Amino acid sequence: MIRVDQNKNHLVNKISVENLYFYYGKFPALKDITIQIQDRQITALIGPSGCGKSTFLRCLNRMNDTIPNTRAVGKVLLDDKNIYSPDADVINLRSKVGMVFQRPNPFPQSIYNNVAFGPRVLGFDKSTKNLDDIVEESLRGAALWDEVKDKLDQDAQALSLGEQQRLCIARTIAVKPDVILMDEPCSALDPIATYEIEELMRILKEKYCIIIVTHSMQQAARVSDWTGFFWLGELVEFNHTHEIFTFPRSKLTHDYISGRAG
Amino acid sequence: MLDTKSTDQPYRKWVEFAIESLIRVIGFSSIGFVFLIFLFLMREGLTALLDVSWGNLLGTRWYPILDIYGVLPLLLGSILVTLIAILIALPLGVGTAVFVREVAPGWAREILKPMIEVMAGIPSVVLGFFGMTLLAPLFLKYLGLATGLTAFTGSVILAYMALPTIISVAEDALDAVPKSYRDASLAMGATQWQTIWRVVIPAARSGILTAIMLGLGRAIGETMLVMMVTGNAGRMPLTLDSLFRPIRTMTATIAAEMGEVAQGSSHYHVLFALGIILFLVTFIINLAAASAIFRKRRRGGLR
Ligand SMILES: Nc1ncnc2c1ncn2[C@@H]1O[C@H](COP(=O)(O)OP(=O)(O)O)[C@@H](O)[C@H]1O
Ligand SMILES: [Mg+2]
Repeated sequence: MIRVDQNKNHLVNKISVENLYFYYGKFPALKDITIQIQDRQITALIGPSGCGKSTFLRCLNRMNDTIPNTRAVGKVLLDDKNIYSPDADVINLRSKVGMVFQRPNPFPQSIYNNVAFGPRVLGFDKSTKNLDDIVEESLRGAALWDEVKDKLDQDAQALSLGEQQRLCIARTIAVKPDVILMDEPCSALDPIATYEIEELMRILKEKYCIIIVTHSMQQAARVSDWTGFFWLGELVEFNHTHEIFTFPRSKLTHDYISGRAG
Repeated sequence: MLDTKSTDQPYRKWVEFAIESLIRVIGFSSIGFVFLIFLFLMREGLTALLDVSWGNLLGTRWYPILDIYGVLPLLLGSILVTLIAILIALPLGVGTAVFVREVAPGWAREILKPMIEVMAGIPSVVLGFFGMTLLAPLFLKYLGLATGLTAFTGSVILAYMALPTIISVAEDALDAVPKSYRDASLAMGATQWQTIWRVVIPAARSGILTAIMLGLGRAIGETMLVMMVTGNAGRMPLTLDSLFRPIRTMTATIAAEMGEVAQGSSHYHVLFALGIILFLVTFIINLAAASAIFRKRRRGGLR
């Protein structure tokens, strides 16, 4: 793999993946992935479909554990603790590493209950905050408050898809994660809703470590600070986004971003 | 080739037409029969209102020999036995459905599902027999009752009878909950139980409601089983201990008395009136179930 020195002073390493392999049964979907992901930055993962982007993302919050017959080998350090060590707490991990899915998937409940779900399930400090405040704060954080503040009791699934996706983001940040994983969050959305999510990501970046899978190279170029290019389960190249898109080091990357492969 | 095809054409059209007409006749005649049965029931039952006064009919005692036809003890008897049966069957049924769909490993599911289907196939006489010879003596002994043939015994066996329906319909409802809801919940750090309790079951609630309604419908119309195990004493179940005393339901009354009644007598007409009441209750339950299904469809269509 081709890499450059990432260590600029203001950057803090949030996630370090070391020699990660992942298997569906015998099929190796990820091979020897090593990558450092910085806090308060947006890292985009690109590559043709089936190259293992979603699989990699699900390794970071161990959602792959819910798929039978799978196995991860290697290390994923979150704040220097290996999330795959035997004493790691998956529940705690998932509350720290939130996830936004490809299709907006709000629960068929009210807008309020969707956002309140995480705090209710995981508990919150009742002496300093009440649930209403958490819900408002989270909806503001997802740039949705003004649109829904008068209809918090309404069915979340009556919202437009773009609003639903921002609701899912609000639901995720309501549990105060450190990291937000987004698996093609705009692929079901129209250009305007996509633009709104991208704007939101730029704001969220101030507080969270964001990793986004996208099949749109323009999107990666627009929003991300770092870009990783996956190919057949391998991380071919990882670099500053402007470097990847202007001076790709690998021929595969070059061919892919110029539309000649994939 | 072309030739045979063109000569075939009218023949095939005719067959098509014949099959279509046949299906249409069968369809309409079954609707017609249901309607005729309904008319017959109404004609025979509503006549009771001419023979017997409202005061008598709405009375609290059932003594046909003395021309006392209070239907309330029978109606309340049916309702009591059925409600308690559903209260027993609901947690068991939904619990089992959750276990089968959400918790059990694949091989256990493969064993359990056919077992539940077998359970549904046990004839109610057999269940009644089981209740009379096994359950009733057991309750008699351990609950300190005067007799083992009580409303409660009936409820327990009815619950058992309604279980397979409730389990399989509830399981389908759980199955229809999209995986994406579970994923969203798990990815936020909810445990499996929190996910089931707070996401999956609420999302499946209209299907679960349908399961309960179908179970109710089956239980309230059941005859043989309740006749065998509830003791058939027509008294008003107004006190709490009525549950542990004999009781009499509308279905058991009709089945027991219709054979000996003189056709056209008041007693005969009142038995038909009981049939109308039963029909109405079942109809309302089915309507409620259907509207639950309808609401679910409409919501599904919105997305
Ligand atoms: N649940 C699964 N079971 C078996 N194989 C899977 C599963 N999910 C993904 N794969 C395989 O793993 C590879 C990577 O898939 P994925 O991570 O979804 O790719 P991407 O998100 O980049 O399109 C593909 O070859 C895919 O067929
Ligand atoms: Mg994918």
